[in-house]
Amino acid sequence: MITFEGVTKRYPDGTVAVDDLSLQAPTGAITVFVGPSGCGKTTSLRMINRMIDATSGRILLDDQDVRAIDPPTLRRGIGYVIQQAGLFPHRKIVDNVATVPYLLGWDKKKARARAMELLELVGLDSRLAGRYPFQLSGGQQQRVGVARALAADPPVLLMDEPFSAVDPIVRASLQEELLHLQSELHKTIVFVTHDIDEAIKLGDTVAVLRVGGHLAQMAGPATLLSEPADDFVREFLGKDRGIRRLSFVPAKGVRLGSTPADLVVDEDTRPLGWRSNGGLLPYGTFDPERDSLRAALDAALLSPNGTAIAVDGDGRVIGVATRDALDEVLAQHATGPDEQAREPDGEAPVTDPKRAES
Amino acid sequence: MNWLIDFFGDAANWSGPDGIPARILEHLEFSAAAFLIAAVIAVPLGLLIGHTGRGAFVVVVSANAARALPTLGLLVLVVLLIGVGTVLPVLIPLVVLAVPPILVNTYEGVRGVDADLRDAAYGMGLRGRQVLFQVLTPSALPLILLGLRLSAIQVVSTATVAAFVGLGGLGRFIIDGLATKTYSDVIGGAVLIALLALAVQLGFTLLNRVVVSPGVRQVR
Repeated sequence: MITFEGVTKRYPDGTVAVDDLSLQAPTGAITVFVGPSGCGKTTSLRMINRMIDATSGRILLDDQDVRAIDPPTLRRGIGYVIQQAGLFPHRKIVDNVATVPYLLGWDKKKARARAMELLELVGLDSRLAGRYPFQLSGGQQQRVGVARALAADPPVLLMDEPFSAVDPIVRASLQEELLHLQSELHKTIVFVTHDIDEAIKLGDTVAVLRVGGHLAQMAGPATLLSEPADDFVREFLGKDRGIRRLSFVPAKGVRLGSTPADLVVDEDTRPLGWRSNGGLLPYGTFDPERDSLRAALDAALLSPNGTAIAVDGDGRVIGVATRDALDEVLAQHATGPDEQAREPDGEAPVTDPKRAES
Repeated sequence: MNWLIDFFGDAANWSGPDGIPARILEHLEFSAAAFLIAAVIAVPLGLLIGHTGRGAFVVVVSANAARALPTLGLLVLVVLLIGVGTVLPVLIPLVVLAVPPILVNTYEGVRGVDADLRDAAYGMGLRGRQVLFQVLTPSALPLILLGLRLSAIQVVSTATVAAFVGLGGLGRFIIDGLATKTYSDVIGGAVLIALLALAVQLGFTLLNRVVVSPGVRQVR
């Protein structure tokens, strides 16, 4: 757990980057700091590994004040990923990944073996190990950056806008990859972004900061969407909050009906389309075990008859959800209790008690 | 062309204390000594100033002084001050000439390393000295070598002035040739100096291949 206790950063010219920030980033979860530029999110992150020192207040790593630890020692125990990857251009990929193990005095063979393991973990071909950073694409470099941060298996990972310099498609795959990695590694991650969609996609808890380094709200993504603390948060969240919140409602609860006769399937019962006079009409599918209510609704909208096709993990039809069936679930969630689909270990999201003041 | 044949074809020019091999050797001795002293001063200084950001004015002053100071004038001045008879009058102006390119390029090389890279290095837990030697220096190496090369070539070309104060080196052929109107010697000496400069250039190109990481060489 990372604890901020009344942390303030004031620069000599009087600028206050972070103002009396108190919050907790729980162990094993992703906490996202999000906000417009100038909100102090990066400053807050960099105070954790003492790239910047706080003017007042304390930051505790578990129970230890980070100010009590010599910065290089502290940093070797914390993974750090930055926007431009910052790989060492003169070192081969494998040696870049092994940077921290080398610093910790591992022997070269062991460090390199560990680096190869990590390259595989982040989904990079082992043939890239012998290349130099300039020979890799931006997305690949960013994966190497993540592998390097993980090399010495630190419990804490700090990520400073790591995916904002890559194109949207690569970014989406890096985000998926991070969630996948996290489901295996359970690191305590603090992630900084200015992109609220990224925050909502990745965060177990999202801390929304406003300019001047004030915490506006801290909550799970679903709560944030359904109960923004004030106008600033509401505006920052943007449009379609209602629809976006459905991403956090599992589609499991949707009542499925039997497969109607006009749905054409192949010999493996995979859908082909809806029968009509002129041929087959388009359709949409969702997997009730894995997808959200938003995906189910989307599938319904893709079919001309408004019926979403439910499929199993192999894409075989297991039933359909009619518009009525979807309506029933939607009605529940329009007013029903907030779904905390992704809160870890049932920990309640923390809401800043000071939010009323603005 | 005939002058070149006269010079290089003359067997007497190839032996003895005033023959071509001996003069080349002398020339290289002055040059190497001046160059090494300059490198020992300027490389560490450039690294230090580039890394800490403190004392950058030294680099600026040195770069400007290099453009303003005439080497020959400085040579005469030093001779007047300490007299002839030692190699010092030649070494001092050559070192003064050789320092700025090394200092400026080393400083710029370290200073110019991407801020993100520096940030990442500290963020990984490298200490200041490790950042300088394990990250900044290897990244700046192409520029540092460029500075060394420019400096070496200048020194090799300018070591000619040693002849003005009665010392050896390839300058002897030029100075003595001019005095005795033996133009074949003048041209021959000039050609040898040019060849030596080319050899230095070649040497640095090879050195670049050996010591600079392919990852950095490609970036430039």
